[in-house]
Amino acid sequence: MPESEAPPIDGVSVEINGHEVIARKGELLIDAAERAGTYIPRFCYHERMKPVGMCRMCLVEVDTGRGPALQPSCMIECTPGMKVDTESEITKKAQDGVLEFLLVNHPLDCPVCDKGGECPLQDQTMAFGPGESRFVEEKRHKEKPIPISDLVLLDRERCILCDRCTRFAKEVAGDPLIHFINRGNNTEINTFPDEPFSSYFSGNTVQICPVGALTASSYRFKARPWDLDTTESTCQMCSVGCRISIDSSRDEVQRFAGVDIDPVNWGWLCDKGRFSSEAVNADGRLSEPLLREGDSLVPARWSDALRRASDALAKASSPQAIGIIGGARLTNEDNYAWAKLAKGVLGTDNVDAQLGDGLPAEVVLGLPAATIDDVCAPGGTVLLLAPDVKEELPVLFLRLRHAAVNDRVTLIEISPRTTGITSLAKASVQPRPGEVGELVRALVAGSNADRDIAGIAVDEINSIRSLLSAANGPLKVVLGRSSVAESADAVVDAAAAVIEARPDTRFLPVLRRANVRGALDMGMAPGVLPGRVALDDGRDWYESRWTKVPATRGLDTEGILRAAADGRIDVLVLLGADPLSDFPDQDLAARALTGARTVISIDTILNASSRRADVVLAAAGFAEKAGTTTNIEGRVNTVSQRVTPPGTARPDWMLATEIASRLGTEFGFSSPQDILDEIGSIAPAHLGLSIEVLATSPDGIVLPLDLPVDEIAEEAIDAAIEEIVDEVVAEIEAEIEEPVDDFIDVLAMADDDGFVPGSTPRLVSFVSDAPLPVPPLDSYAFRLIATRKLYDQGTIVQSAASLAPLAPGTSLLVNPWDLDRLGVAESGRVTVRSSRASLTLSVTSDPGVPRGAAALVVSQADVRVGELIDVGDPVTEIRIETA
Amino acid sequence: MARLTAENVELATEIIGRYPRPKSALIPLLHLAQEQDGHLTDDAMTHIADLVDVTPAEVLGTASFYEMFKMEPVGRYMVNICTNISCQLMGGEELLEHAESTLGIRPGQTTADGLFTIEDVECIAACTEAPCLQVNYRYFHKITNGEFDQLVSELRSGARSDIPAHGTLAQVRQHIPADRQAGSVVPENTEVPVWLPVSEDGNA
Repeated sequence: MPESEAPPIDGVSVEINGHEVIARKGELLIDAAERAGTYIPRFCYHERMKPVGMCRMCLVEVDTGRGPALQPSCMIECTPGMKVDTESEITKKAQDGVLEFLLVNHPLDCPVCDKGGECPLQDQTMAFGPGESRFVEEKRHKEKPIPISDLVLLDRERCILCDRCTRFAKEVAGDPLIHFINRGNNTEINTFPDEPFSSYFSGNTVQICPVGALTASSYRFKARPWDLDTTESTCQMCSVGCRISIDSSRDEVQRFAGVDIDPVNWGWLCDKGRFSSEAVNADGRLSEPLLREGDSLVPARWSDALRRASDALAKASSPQAIGIIGGARLTNEDNYAWAKLAKGVLGTDNVDAQLGDGLPAEVVLGLPAATIDDVCAPGGTVLLLAPDVKEELPVLFLRLRHAAVNDRVTLIEISPRTTGITSLAKASVQPRPGEVGELVRALVAGSNADRDIAGIAVDEINSIRSLLSAANGPLKVVLGRSSVAESADAVVDAAAAVIEARPDTRFLPVLRRANVRGALDMGMAPGVLPGRVALDDGRDWYESRWTKVPATRGLDTEGILRAAADGRIDVLVLLGADPLSDFPDQDLAARALTGARTVISIDTILNASSRRADVVLAAAGFAEKAGTTTNIEGRVNTVSQRVTPPGTARPDWMLATEIASRLGTEFGFSSPQDILDEIGSIAPAHLGLSIEVLATSPDGIVLPLDLPVDEIAEEAIDAAIEEIVDEVVAEIEAEIEEPVDDFIDVLAMADDDGFVPGSTPRLVSFVSDAPLPVPPLDSYAFRLIATRKLYDQGTIVQSAASLAPLAPGTSLLVNPWDLDRLGVAESGRVTVRSSRASLTLSVTSDPGVPRGAAALVVSQADVRVGELIDVGDPVTEIRIETA
Repeated sequence: MARLTAENVELATEIIGRYPRPKSALIPLLHLAQEQDGHLTDDAMTHIADLVDVTPAEVLGTASFYEMFKMEPVGRYMVNICTNISCQLMGGEELLEHAESTLGIRPGQTTADGLFTIEDVECIAACTEAPCLQVNYRYFHKITNGEFDQLVSELRSGARSDIPAHGTLAQVRQHIPADRQAGSVVPENTEVPVWLPVSEDGNA
């Protein structure tokens, strides 16, 4: 049909090698050609960065009506009628020439080069090169390699000066710490002396380097590309859900690399994610279960360990005497199995995947959701009520940075202290800890504020108010827990204020830990059941599908720990959780571990809490088990098994299934896929999800499924009706002792009886309680801000040899004005006293901390911030004295 | 020597004020730093990076592109002797050799007293006056060995006050009154260049 062949309205018709290609308007020739199946060789061009035309490899003959001429196809947009020849003699001669020149100085050390076998220069020389060089002179020599950061090494001899790494550093990461130095033949990439390329994103340069100039210290000489087995998976170092490839050799993980998916990571990874590959094979991985004998944990047989665990659970005095903490390390399937064990078998609702450092499940699951793409949509306005995304969710930072720099997105930041994104924000204010709710209420109010709020000047409030009211389209809010030293109430109150004033607002809740969202989705929180339904709403639905459902709402982590400390918890299960290190209030965590009668820890590596456990079950970790994971957006994607778990370590779902079986309930799960099938058929938000559906979407699937939900519900209803019909038919047949043929009549009977098959319960909706009142300002006290850094004392960072030394440590950060007022010298020693404890540490002046507040970084060596915090208080007040 | 002195920071602030973007002042500030220390120190480049809000690597990238910015200490007088074609024909190489033997150093080296550095340079665009040389980028035309020796002794004795120490571009410093300064603004956010309304008012 001529109509169907006509170019679409926005298309541009060009001719490439004699074939008509319809390019998108403004599309670069190199992209249009690739989309049409003609690969034009390139080194400097990268589809996620601006073209520069540095390497000249993509020269092709282009005729725009004035005769053919060589032009770099990465620098020209397709124009109507353009005729392109990528295979002409002249093009080939140009490619030959460019490659011959590039190889003038490029050493031919391919046999010992990490890139050999996956090297664009090597591959394109084979495919497009001259085959022989006429160059016989001495090549350039430089010291090789030099470290440009703790993680990345640079071999300047191999560098072809394509500008990819430097463009990445400047354009994408915003850390232009590497640059072309010198000129002409002496040009090289380098850092400033003694100022390393210490970007959180430095590893990406290794991945995009088209030669072996940039190599990762963790992967050097470890494997050859042709020996690697590769599987796609989803990174589990935070909850952004970056797609990665896992490369292994000899059943050992060798490296992770970013995979480009449009809605999430665009091919980028943070260094923590990338180099956490080292933690998979870390020393100290648990390879067998351990049982407590006196003061020590001794290796045991699985049957003994599982018996001890299930006996302890069976002997618990009541379901309420069981508490389960954790779930973020687990896959969705693991979490479902554990939720089913906890809520459907043990009957306890004392389950929480978060460690008191996140947001209530109802808030995460109940607020109208925004995806990352929604938040970053061009021209929008984004309110950040979140922790430092650069430190906690680095790739989300890259997306937000791109949105602010290139897509005219207005970022408005409200944070306890300045963050990595502050310089990109149109406005950034630092309210006093605990008072963010009141501030946000004023920012979204109908009229201007008439007074200072939370330490923010009235003018500033009103200028942000006008920015917010000038927003195009619905407001997007990135919502998270900025500081663990203040209660979550204030930020929940802020969210409530926004949604009350602007009901079309959409939220991206940014919890930090890997699959914490998946765990909440799977019911690993008090008051919820799998598939994002509230306990009470889903009770009927689940009672008919599981054997039982907890009678009342249970406790969150804080509640479980309090109960344990009071001796009301018989069995405390830690699912990859380390409350002793990660719960904000360390005193409470320590008392809880002492108070709980039996502590069962299921983990990959012994941590502070599991060292005090009675039963330790060895779990399979990342890359050692298959399943699905859910990111901050509620996007489900797969995680894959690439290597064998150490020793006899088992996936968490298997342990739950095994324990359930010992308690007399057979789940019937023999693979993660069995569990996914059950999730897809009964979890209300997940209805219709299956491995097949996931296979159709490599970008993952944002739940609930858009289209099929109603259909699926109908299918479920139909199936239910059929079941009833079959039962009724059987009954009638038994009664009249002859077969019934006319099902329709029976069906009519069923309908006449007014039978309504159980409809799917509604999904969780957002509720907020009034926050605790914040104590009045005390001019001698400072309010504590406790934030995180990317590298900390967390188990995985400390298990990855390259990352462990990068944890920066912490000192007390105080505004210079306060430092002056206190009369303390910069880097002087001070004693910090809270109602709980006192710490002595050094103090640093930091203008990013608001006056009257003091900041500390949690989970760093030597400073146990958690000792200061009492989770019962809305804010943590401290006093600072010279030591 | 290290960061810019307080006096130079004041000058730097004025220079930055002449441009719509602070970053545009990078090269003038590098000259200022070279004037202060005779060459560019790492500390000065770091300081400049702070002043114009770029990274030190970007400062080094720009500075190292230009031959006239020196990353290593050089003599008070930088003597560039041309050995390109016209000067070569007219005795440039002999002049260079004479300079080497007189000063006892090779091109690229500095005399022990820290006074002289010699460099052989490519064409400095004074072919009609060959052989020629520059001292701190001030021209000396049709130089004979005798004239070279005399120049050296005058410089040694401090008689040549017209030639300031290496790094000083001009002895008269440009000053732009505050009301004529562009001020630091983001050009994208400014419809009319900020200096234009001043001119229209006739105040300029």
